[in-house]
Amino acid sequence: MRLADDHRRPRDAAASTAASATALPIAVRRLSKAYGAVPVLDEIDLDVRPGEFLTLLGPSGSGKTTLLMAIAGFLRPDQGSIRFGEREVVRLAPHKREIGMVFQNYALFPHMDVARNVGFPLRLRRVPAAETARRVEAALEMFQLGGYGSRCIDQLSGGQRQRVALARAIVFEPRIILMDEPLSALDKQLRERMQIELRQLHERLGTTTVYVTHDQREALTMSDRVAILDQGRIARIDTPRAIYDDPGSRFVAEFIGESSFLDVTIADGVARAGGVAIRASSLPARQGRCTMVLRPERLHLLAPDEGEGMNCFDARVTGAVYQGDTLLLQAALGDGSPVSLRVTTRGGEGPPPAPGTPVRIGIAVSDTVLLPDEARGAK
Amino acid sequence: MDWLDRPASDTQISHRSRLWLYVLGALVLAFLAIPTLIVIPMSFSQSQYLEFPPREWSLRWYEAYFSSSSWMAATATSFKAGFCTALLATPMGTLAAYGLHVSRLRFTGLAILILLTPTIVPVILVGIGLFYAYVQLKMVNSFLGIVLAHTMLAVPIVMLIVGSALKSFDLDQERVARSLGATRTQAFMQVTAPQISFALVTSAVLSFLTSFDEVVVALFVSGGDNATLTRMMFLALRDQIDPTIAAISTIMIVMTSLLLAVSQFVGNREP
Amino acid sequence: MSSADAFDPAGRSGDYHAAGLRRDQWRERLGLAGLAAPALILVIVTMLVPVGWLFGLSFLDDNGALSLEHYKRMLAEPSYGRTFRTTFEISFVTTLICVLLGYPLAYFLSQLPRRAANLCMIAVLLPFWTSLLVRTYAWLVLLQRSGLVNTWGMKLGLWSEPLQLVHNMGGTLIGMVHIMLPFMVLPLYGTMRAIDGNLLRAAASLGSTPIHGFWTVFFPLSLPGLAAGSALVFVLCLGFYVTPAMLGGGKVTMVSNRIANDIELFFNWGAASALGVVLLVITLVVLVLAARLSRGTGLFGTGH
Repeated sequence: MRLADDHRRPRDAAASTAASATALPIAVRRLSKAYGAVPVLDEIDLDVRPGEFLTLLGPSGSGKTTLLMAIAGFLRPDQGSIRFGEREVVRLAPHKREIGMVFQNYALFPHMDVARNVGFPLRLRRVPAAETARRVEAALEMFQLGGYGSRCIDQLSGGQRQRVALARAIVFEPRIILMDEPLSALDKQLRERMQIELRQLHERLGTTTVYVTHDQREALTMSDRVAILDQGRIARIDTPRAIYDDPGSRFVAEFIGESSFLDVTIADGVARAGGVAIRASSLPARQGRCTMVLRPERLHLLAPDEGEGMNCFDARVTGAVYQGDTLLLQAALGDGSPVSLRVTTRGGEGPPPAPGTPVRIGIAVSDTVLLPDEARGAK
Repeated sequence: MDWLDRPASDTQISHRSRLWLYVLGALVLAFLAIPTLIVIPMSFSQSQYLEFPPREWSLRWYEAYFSSSSWMAATATSFKAGFCTALLATPMGTLAAYGLHVSRLRFTGLAILILLTPTIVPVILVGIGLFYAYVQLKMVNSFLGIVLAHTMLAVPIVMLIVGSALKSFDLDQERVARSLGATRTQAFMQVTAPQISFALVTSAVLSFLTSFDEVVVALFVSGGDNATLTRMMFLALRDQIDPTIAAISTIMIVMTSLLLAVSQFVGNREP
Repeated sequence: MSSADAFDPAGRSGDYHAAGLRRDQWRERLGLAGLAAPALILVIVTMLVPVGWLFGLSFLDDNGALSLEHYKRMLAEPSYGRTFRTTFEISFVTTLICVLLGYPLAYFLSQLPRRAANLCMIAVLLPFWTSLLVRTYAWLVLLQRSGLVNTWGMKLGLWSEPLQLVHNMGGTLIGMVHIMLPFMVLPLYGTMRAIDGNLLRAAASLGSTPIHGFWTVFFPLSLPGLAAGSALVFVLCLGFYVTPAMLGGGKVTMVSNRIANDIELFFNWGAASALGVVLLVITLVVLVLAARLSRGTGLFGTGH
């Protein structure tokens, strides 16, 4: 898993001020919705900063789409307050909320061509025809679709349709944009390219954006902050780096990144896992049990003389999966606990270690993360 | 004739072994189609006994129809009633289908059942029931009475057709339209309605035909100045086999076929 | 936290807008359901009120007092029994013939490629949409003593005297089968088209002959359509008026003919309404039975 920070340049000061002058913050307080006895949203409090790109992440049923729909106005909560800036909108109809929205299946109007689709919100606002045409073309050009105005929707590819949907959502310059898994219908390569494009669009427009996805990789790539939802509550909200490095709870750690987990017992301030004593930068308690998170890319195969500043384990290889750019090695520790680690393939190395080969696996003490058991609290 | 030995299906049954099915199918299709159409050439026969093929061709039965003021009056009434029915039933049924599809209250099931009762209740009961009611209200043989009755009969058809079109329509498009600033009405008129226009046109045509072809209720409820064409035809046939009816039938068959052909090609079908 | 908290998110009543949101929800739902109000009012006023009226009438005797005399008369007089027998006979025989003719036709159409099937469907849809009066009249003309069938039958030497083909039960049956056949074919065709072709291919790959595959796989899966078509045809036959009136020559009296006669000739509202109630009840019973049965066969056919 690589966090490519390079395409997320910090916005320059001039653009930031211009953006934040028009971008609105979103303030959600005590938002609740239940279907019968089942709570889908459970007293949610959330603040989205002006111009921020916030992702709502979570498994199906976590409430992330419900929350987005409530912010958009398509779902009426049982209680709660939603404010855009200083305006209370929770009882406001969706067409008055002045938001731009992108749906998973694009929802383009098939009986209109591209230009009429994109111009739809402008016509509703009675923008004169000449200006509508000008702004439509400008929006299309922003997405490299200049001149596509007269095309029919069914002539467009999936990626092109997505961009038309985006153009339509921003052409009337809304101050808040909501996106509901807009990329999940695209194939992998196109999806990764669009993630970068969306991020660049956000930097250019500086609009407050709330994005829903179940793909943690997508969330970590694109967001300023990520809010992880679990069963209607926000389990954790922080920057991607902070969440990845310090999940804070087993639920979040299981959701972000691929990890193995080791049970750790602590007695008198000494922690043991996988049959050996381990060191960590901090222990959650002097006594008791906790969980050690093992990120595959933080585990290394050690030569006999390496291991300075690391927790080392003796293990036996149980399997190897070739994945193109990396090799996923599966091994069993001394006490039988299974671990997975990722080794970058370099070519010319020869075959991967056969099952049964003894190996030494290490993880830096600074990378060793211990999680308290059962913790699911909000942060 | 070697195509007979080629397979007709993936399970490799040959056409030859299915020949009996083809013959039977063709016979039944002929049974359905021929009586429907055979009136057309027969209506041009000079003889009162409506021969096929006509020994002598003549337009006398058409002349009898067009020159009769009572037939013409009845035809006019039927057309007027049909148009009014289509005009009333299509919006009513569409609104009902849309409202019940979107609102999802617990009582919508009951409402749909009530709106479907005109198709379940035997039409003779509707006829005598309305006759009874109209007698009390002094509305027998009134134009309004017949239009109300026919609209009631057509509304379930509109509801079923438009309802099924709505079910396969992606309502997310309305949500998008509303997120872009459209009210529910604007979203329906500008986004949904254009895309179910095929269903709307078909419903309108079928409402017209339901009214135009309707016999039983018209027998009891229309009469005098407001007699419908079908009522007059039925009463004429009870006494003798009036060949003028053949001419009228031909015109009705042609009209129905044209309407249906046109409605198939007009309007958007969702993919 | 932020300065936004200065603006009281809890709302004026402190319940975080819960009461107001509930009101909004109801208002919206009722508004949408209310779109159906014009149609509902029309149907209730023009259909349910008069029919309900009739229902009540059937329980009043000629003096306006509550009584069951109309129903008792129905059980006592044998003519009513005959009427019901005739009705059930015709309905049953018509349904049977429609099944025997309609099932092969639907099967034939379902095996054709789409375009050919759509073309042949015109032959089914055209009579379906042509006025019932026109079609019944066509049979009247065809079956009369000097009509087409008799003329050609005699010309071909099949019989020497014109047969009485109309103004009797036979003519009525022919006419009713012609009217009802599309109602059988259309649902059946729809169900058959929806049967997954892979199922038959699977049966063949497992060693089944085509005929065996038809009876064990295709036929059971087509049963829901068959049940729907049969129920529809039967129920329509029960309440039919026009065709028996025109082709029966007065000799074929089905329940609806009887009801019309009671009103038009005898002004006997009580008898007519009682008959009508019985007809309606029988219709509903048949529909409910058919719905139950089709649910059963549906389950049986699709997911043992």
